[in-house]
Amino acid sequence: MNEARAVQLRAFYALCERDLWVTVRHEPVAFLSQALLQPIFFLFVFGRVLPEIGAAGPQYGTTLLPGIMALTLVLTSLQNTALPLVIEFSFTKEIEDRLLAPLPTVWVGAQKMVIAALRGIVAAILILPLGELILPGGINLDSANWIGLIAVWLTGSIAGAAMGLLLGTAVPPNRISVAFAIVLTPLIFTGATFYPWQALSDLRWFQVLTLFNPLTYVSEGSRAALTTLPHLGTGWIALGLAVSLVVFGGLGLRGFVRRAVD
Amino acid sequence: MALVDVHDLHKRYKPDAPEAVAGIDFSVSEGEIFGLLGPNGAGKTTTIGVITTRVRATSGRVVVDGVDVRAQPVAVKRRIAVVPQLSNLDRSLTALENLTFHAAYFGASRRERRKQALEILERFGLSGRANDSVNDFSGGMAQRLMIARALMHHPRLLILDEPTTGLDPQSRLFLWDTMVDLRERGTTLILTTHDMAEADRLCHRIAIIDHGKIIALDTPRGLRRLLPAEAGIELVLETPADPAGDYAGVGGVARLDTDEVEDGRWRVRLYGEGEGLADEALAVSRSDGASLVELRRIEGSLEDVFVHLTGREMR
Repeated sequence: MNEARAVQLRAFYALCERDLWVTVRHEPVAFLSQALLQPIFFLFVFGRVLPEIGAAGPQYGTTLLPGIMALTLVLTSLQNTALPLVIEFSFTKEIEDRLLAPLPTVWVGAQKMVIAALRGIVAAILILPLGELILPGGINLDSANWIGLIAVWLTGSIAGAAMGLLLGTAVPPNRISVAFAIVLTPLIFTGATFYPWQALSDLRWFQVLTLFNPLTYVSEGSRAALTTLPHLGTGWIALGLAVSLVVFGGLGLRGFVRRAVD
Repeated sequence: MALVDVHDLHKRYKPDAPEAVAGIDFSVSEGEIFGLLGPNGAGKTTTIGVITTRVRATSGRVVVDGVDVRAQPVAVKRRIAVVPQLSNLDRSLTALENLTFHAAYFGASRRERRKQALEILERFGLSGRANDSVNDFSGGMAQRLMIARALMHHPRLLILDEPTTGLDPQSRLFLWDTMVDLRERGTTLILTTHDMAEADRLCHRIAIIDHGKIIALDTPRGLRRLLPAEAGIELVLETPADPAGDYAGVGGVARLDTDEVEDGRWRVRLYGEGEGLADEALAVSRSDGASLVELRRIEGSLEDVFVHLTGREMR
């Protein structure tokens, strides 16, 4: 490895170190509440309250848990690139010190994605003990395919972070709250989070619509890896994840570089 | 030797927009303090942006320390540091962490960066605030910390964008001393400013930019000479009567003004460029029995030059 590349890798690593330091030392509470509060309420209301009042079946929690984990993974990753980028590019300008660090601009964007994805994965893992506590039947991991789950979560979290990168750099700062409302709500509810994809066969138009949401592949992938429930074919899941990763990764990084260099 | 070389630089942000920079050439020598002066929107920030890799030039070439900015931006980033006009400190970190993480980006070891950060905080009078969040810092403190941060990776070129705008006089003096000190240690500085006194006092050479072009580039004194009608000498004399008549015969005087500044004290202004003007005027003052209180050279201020060159119209 030549010296120039070593300098760039050290800078990349130092940027990651700064982000991890801030997460752990300065804002752990902010991170955890942002990542976990919403899924806790989803799990409690949909997984516990609804079955208890008879509005959902007793086994609904098994279907719900992988969906909530996927939702947490993707949303946490997305928010951890989009929100900081809007603030840093438009208001605090904090990003400037990173853009002048000795590494290519595109690496700075990629580094943001790596840390956001890592935060997403940590948040999704924390859903497991929460599920055990909140869901009436606890959780059952006997049939879990861990390798498959890791593959789904790695690609899903990076794709989510890439969507955030695109959102955070493409939307003008004065429109970001509108953009968040327009993007997040449909993302949450069309992503096969609260229902298995296969069960939508009687609602064909909606079933087709959900295929345009990257979250669908993460939810169904998590369901396939963690449960024995019927799910979208694994080949389609892999394809959906790969396409999401490539499309949003490419657009997100391009958006970042355009925003960073005039 | 030139540390920065800007050659025929052009920048157009959008195809249908006018050129923000329309052909700029200059070079900055090693160890020099170089000033970029110009009205708002003249092209200063764009020029700085190209040198710092944040703006891609439409055409032209910028070389920093022998490295082409477009071809090797990462190598350029290792050689430069920028102190912006508004704070861009990392608000999630303390003052000390702002310095240590910045040094980490540039590859300094843990021990080395901590030691250096503590030293530099001391030098900038911030050691008492090392562990405070930068959110509570005043404008002057944030400015000092940004300079301290910029120095953490020992840049060869330090760029300061309107560094003293909005600072109190103490902070401003500290900053000026710091800039002189840095230059003495071998750092080259480029600064943009609106403050003529600052440019005059600090800069070895100044480029005045307007409408994307350099309209004058010289030493502060050289720029002041662009206003010939304003050059000359001024005497203040203790004498009961208007001394105008005595000075009418001085050679090379284009214009002569006198006025009584207080009782029995007269000011004589002799406008002209002649080398011997001061000597001749002095000789007259001795021969006519008036006593000389003050003698000084009249030069147009840099501000006069600036307005003369760029016009009075607001941007």
